[in-house]
Amino acid sequence: MPMSPTRTQRRAPSPSWHGLLWGLVLLALIPLNSLADALDAALIDLSDRSFEVKQAAVEVIAVSGDPRALKVLEALLDGDLYARTSDRRPVLAAASPAGFRLRDALEGTDLGEADRRDIRKITINNRMRTQLRSAIAALTLASPDAVLRLSAARELLGDPDPLVVEAIRAQFEREEDKQVRDSLALALALASLRDEDPEARLSGVSALAGSLDPSARNALTRLLGEETDPHVRAGAQRVLAGIEQKLKLNAAAETLFFGLSLGSVLVLAAIGLAITFGVMGVINMAHGELIMIGAYSTYLVQQAMPGLIDYSLFVAIPAAFLIAGLLGVLIERTVIRFLYGRPLETLLATFGISLILQQLVRTTISAQNVAVQNPSWMSGALQINPALALTYSRLYILVFALLVFLALLLILKRTALGLQVRAVSQNRSMARALGVRSARVDALTFGLGAGVAGVAGVALSQLTNVGPNMGQAYIIDSFMVVVFGGVGNLWGTLVAGLTLGVANKLMEPWAGAVLAKILVLVFIILFIQKRPRGLFPQRGRAADG
Amino acid sequence: MSRRDPIKPILLCAGLALGVTSGLVAHAEDETIKVGVLHSLSGTMAISETTLKDTVLMLVEEQNKKGGLLGKQLEAVVVDPASDWPLFAEKARELLTKDKVAAVFGCWTSVSRKSVLPVFEELNGLLFYPVQYEGEESSKNVFYTGAAPNQQAIPAVDYLRDELGVERWVLAGTDYVYPRTTNKILEAYLKQNGVAEEDIMIDYTPFGHSDWQSIVARIKRFGSEGKKTAVVSTINGDANVPFYKELGNQGISADEIPVVAFSVGEEELSGIDTKPLVGHLAAWNYFMSVDDPANAAFIETWHGFTKDDKRVTNDPMEAHKIGFDLWVQAVEKAGTTDTDAVEAAIIGLETPNLTGGTAKMLPNHHITKPVLIGEIQGDGQFAVVWQTDAEVPGDAWSDYLEGSKDLIADWTPPIKCGNFNTKTQTCLGSQTP
Repeated sequence: MPMSPTRTQRRAPSPSWHGLLWGLVLLALIPLNSLADALDAALIDLSDRSFEVKQAAVEVIAVSGDPRALKVLEALLDGDLYARTSDRRPVLAAASPAGFRLRDALEGTDLGEADRRDIRKITINNRMRTQLRSAIAALTLASPDAVLRLSAARELLGDPDPLVVEAIRAQFEREEDKQVRDSLALALALASLRDEDPEARLSGVSALAGSLDPSARNALTRLLGEETDPHVRAGAQRVLAGIEQKLKLNAAAETLFFGLSLGSVLVLAAIGLAITFGVMGVINMAHGELIMIGAYSTYLVQQAMPGLIDYSLFVAIPAAFLIAGLLGVLIERTVIRFLYGRPLETLLATFGISLILQQLVRTTISAQNVAVQNPSWMSGALQINPALALTYSRLYILVFALLVFLALLLILKRTALGLQVRAVSQNRSMARALGVRSARVDALTFGLGAGVAGVAGVALSQLTNVGPNMGQAYIIDSFMVVVFGGVGNLWGTLVAGLTLGVANKLMEPWAGAVLAKILVLVFIILFIQKRPRGLFPQRGRAADG
Repeated sequence: MSRRDPIKPILLCAGLALGVTSGLVAHAEDETIKVGVLHSLSGTMAISETTLKDTVLMLVEEQNKKGGLLGKQLEAVVVDPASDWPLFAEKARELLTKDKVAAVFGCWTSVSRKSVLPVFEELNGLLFYPVQYEGEESSKNVFYTGAAPNQQAIPAVDYLRDELGVERWVLAGTDYVYPRTTNKILEAYLKQNGVAEEDIMIDYTPFGHSDWQSIVARIKRFGSEGKKTAVVSTINGDANVPFYKELGNQGISADEIPVVAFSVGEEELSGIDTKPLVGHLAAWNYFMSVDDPANAAFIETWHGFTKDDKRVTNDPMEAHKIGFDLWVQAVEKAGTTDTDAVEAAIIGLETPNLTGGTAKMLPNHHITKPVLIGEIQGDGQFAVVWQTDAEVPGDAWSDYLEGSKDLIADWTPPIKCGNFNTKTQTCLGSQTP
């Protein structure tokens, strides 16, 4: 089998690590003390300015066969390795009261305290990161830790060097962990595609059936390009078709997830408005700023509890609800209550409030965006298979949106407040005649809608930038969702938000992000022409009032 | 309607106050040389441009400490065009006609530059523009001290191809003139270098885009087809933060699919957590981390001037410093601040840049600059991983676009033209409609 295509494929990132194994073979031929000298020289070279010199040094350290080399390479990869300015010796530095406490990187011996100026960080670039990962993988393939073995096996996937393949086969024989075994089996199957023997290639092909790992598909595509044996060709074509089919399904599932996730953001942003605008009929232009206030509450909570970022959201959610909710009550009591029944003036007044809130944040906190951190449990992705991963942040926010929706639904349908809210919104004078204190209900309803907007702000702070202008980005979308769903109907908001999200994501691949948004907007305008009351119109007298 | 928009009266007052002060100044002082500062101090661009206003104020202060210019003190006239493009033109007119400034330092976005260009040409003023831009322009009245595409985008692509072995390209940008022109040039350049159509993916997103999941998933799929892939990002402003976050969340690391950005610098990184970004790249002509005595002195002066030793320096600040130094030299050489004399005198002048080299003003009103590629580090700074051997001369008209490859700009006699066609030997004339 010709090896050249794979060679050029891997040419780029690193002086490939199989040099290491040859180096290990050569080890025996070189006298020991000169090796130790070479290692020492290489350690000094690590602090060189040129990345080429550093790479050569890493190569030497990796093949040195010194058991302590692994620690040095790992420290280098993690950015923990420093060079002492006096003698360029690589050291590990830990912050201490006097500055830094130094340890020799190789020996681990204590070298005393040092000042910031006494050490210089050894910087690495992407090429070195790749090189270091491969070198570390080679040194940890037989490690007792299954996690390390797994990452080593992944790193060595598709490496064509016969020595590497031998090492993988040896590890495969004695491997007990299922995940590592699977990875190693995949690596062996990929290797057997390059075998001289058509039988071996064929078995390699069948072993790849259904594998969603990108390297499997790439190897099969490559094989089809150069394979001459008809049996192997037919087999490869069949397996590849199967993989493509599966990938398509996964891509569809992914698009659906993205759509639902975008939809959940829309629902979250709109659901507060579904109350203030939908139930109460207040055209609340400050809705976006209430979301912004919620996001800033998250920021302030995180500032107040540094070191506890993982728990900060659980404090931020009630805090944001209270702050935004109280602000909502304040706005209702001081401005909006004088303007009921005068939608144009409400619109202008709330627009003014939105500008005041923006400027308030600008002057009290900062005109710049603030950094809201993600808790560790919000980052990363849930890997369902090699082709489908759902990011945790989106997943949690989807669930969160549904929870908020259910909670609101319960409040409106099952509590006394909910009953009064519905009564006032359906027929104010009748409700008052029956003893409902409509002014109090108005304030509470507006506060509830504002509070929910604040809670939405907490969730959005995890996805997007938090700055004084952030509310502006959501106000149009929110009105769009509420109007599309049908004013005054929570279910309408949910369905409308999710539908618009999925529609947007379905269109994005072929229309682009900008055009997809425009198309959605045009669609809604046309839809409203046809059904002015949205998806789920309210029926009965209230709707006519 | 008593509860009307409260901002307007405030703005009016501020405007009045500004008018009054600048009016006073104009009457009182005739022995000073005025320098206009045209940077947004409010609105969306304030984040980036406020720093540049401070930079010019610092440069003026430093020059005055050295005894001023032509025996007179320099005086900065600051106006706020408020990130509003037509207002840029108005404020430029005000600076040139009312304050009679000798030179203006200003603008950030290309659209603001395009907006003031006719004003500077009509009133024969001088503008020093400090930001990297898309090229395809050369005006007699503008000096482009930021990078042209051949001083940033093209070398960055060369680096990715030659050093990292990149074969597939994602050109991702914000949807406006700078990314679109730059990507057009890059696409033409890549195709001329034998990159196939299906190995280039182009994607535009609106300003402030925050839902990056499907685009990042597409980039991931595009990059998993066996060829080394890189993203060339002209994404502007705060949309970068959710973009990099999403890359991190979907498990794309810098050594699998590196992202090289043209609009992300120290200032943009100063507000965010850079851990998920480590290893991604940026191409500029200056980094704060460059180890050079001139740079160290500049940073020290900056910290002294702002009384804040956490403030970062960045590429456009260096460009203003170079532009200012060149202007000062040109005025001294010409012995006057007259526009035509300074314009003639400045061409060919040299000044040291902050990275150990020399910046020279070329006949096409661009300058020579080194190109540096830096990797983002955990502390929000860049580590230089590659740089050109020598300074690259800025090229106003791209050699890779059909319409512009025969054009050159040369403001020295006998050509004296910003868009001279070398094939037909004609000058196309004014570029402003």
